[in-house]
Amino acid sequence: MTQNTLTGVLLDERTELSLTELSDACSTSTEWVIELVHEGVLEPVGRQPNQWRFSGTSLKRAHAAMRLQTDLKINLAGVALALDLIEEIETMRERLHRFEKDDSI
Amino acid sequence: MDFKDYYKIMGVERGASQDDIKRAYRKLARKYHPDVSKETDAEARFKDLGEAYAVLKDPEKRAAYDQLGANWKAGQEFRPPPDWDAGFEFSGGGGGADAAAFSDFFESLFGHGFQPAGGARHEAGMHVHGEDHHAKVLIDLEDAYRGASRSISLRAPELDSTGHVSTRTRTLNVKIPKGVKQGQRIRLSGQGSPGMGKGRAGDLYLEIEFNPHSLFRVEGRDVYLELPVAPWEAALGATVKAPTPDGPVDLKIPKGTTRGRKLRLQKRGIPGSPPGDLYVEVVITVPPADSDAARELYQKMQRDLAYDPRSKMGV
Repeated sequence: MTQNTLTGVLLDERTELSLTELSDACSTSTEWVIELVHEGVLEPVGRQPNQWRFSGTSLKRAHAAMRLQTDLKINLAGVALALDLIEEIETMRERLHRFEKDDSI
Repeated sequence: MDFKDYYKIMGVERGASQDDIKRAYRKLARKYHPDVSKETDAEARFKDLGEAYAVLKDPEKRAAYDQLGANWKAGQEFRPPPDWDAGFEFSGGGGGADAAAFSDFFESLFGHGFQPAGGARHEAGMHVHGEDHHAKVLIDLEDAYRGASRSISLRAPELDSTGHVSTRTRTLNVKIPKGVKQGQRIRLSGQGSPGMGKGRAGDLYLEIEFNPHSLFRVEGRDVYLELPVAPWEAALGATVKAPTPDGPVDLKIPKGTTRGRKLRLQKRGIPGSPPGDLYVEVVITVPPADSDAARELYQKMQRDLAYDPRSKMGV
């Protein structure tokens, strides 16, 4: 099967999503996303919800928040804490990996 | 199809109370949740767990499952006995986990009497968003510097015209943009499951993961390299060739460089805004004393240098 090459959107710090775009991508309501912002899980740029701009990395956090809330039945404060800890652990894992020497040299 | 021992999956006795089962589920769900756990089989275990819980938490399904008897072993070839579920009535519902992904074993027992909540429940005239799909893409560090194309094979469950689930493999060519980081995601709109009715198709998310590299380690956009250096290069200073993911560079080793010193090559990490840096950690390696000439040189150093590496240790 031959196909053209698809180009996706890299969800990095430079990608910008509006409140509606982010809610749509999570198949959820804007209210739920607003709650995430109030809980400090997501930190958009802009004053009013209709001016908010979310980075591409917010989408990964929002998806994870949704899974944690649904699967583990934790409230948003707990979700916020879990996400922060998971992120910290990931950074430490990368750092640990860097120091794990092998004997190849 | 293989028999699944739901009690074993949940780590409870066959006589466990509903409360015990709930507690065990909560505990294991936290442990194996794919967002939390980094164990390679976390996702599979979490799915198994969701399936086991969907059966054991529901007294009707649990009773039916128990009727199969305690003599089955996990992984054993299994065919449901004829009319095994006679006398049981399944009210359906429940779920919570991604029930669309339950095993054939589960399907054979509870099949169409069970419809997952919030899962693949479709009715005529409904407009439902297609499900999002997630996949990992393994790339080399060099691909993050230059960008690349990857051919990705995805296996996705699909409902055929008779309503049965079959697995379809499709191949996509995807462009990996320059400057991607470990764990970053690429979103391909509309490449997930098709929507029902007027619902839009789901999206496909590709998560970037780097293949382990024999030379470089990566942290965010920064890249680390251990560079072996001869003692005289470190002591006297030298310009040496050093590999980078972007090709070799000439690197100046300053005079008097000591072990573990880090040289920072600005903006030579993974490209981006801001780009990462490349850190070169100097490792001084000792030439072997494997010839008369080499031994003589070492003996001369021993005589002439009066060097005590342990002078600061008070011994």
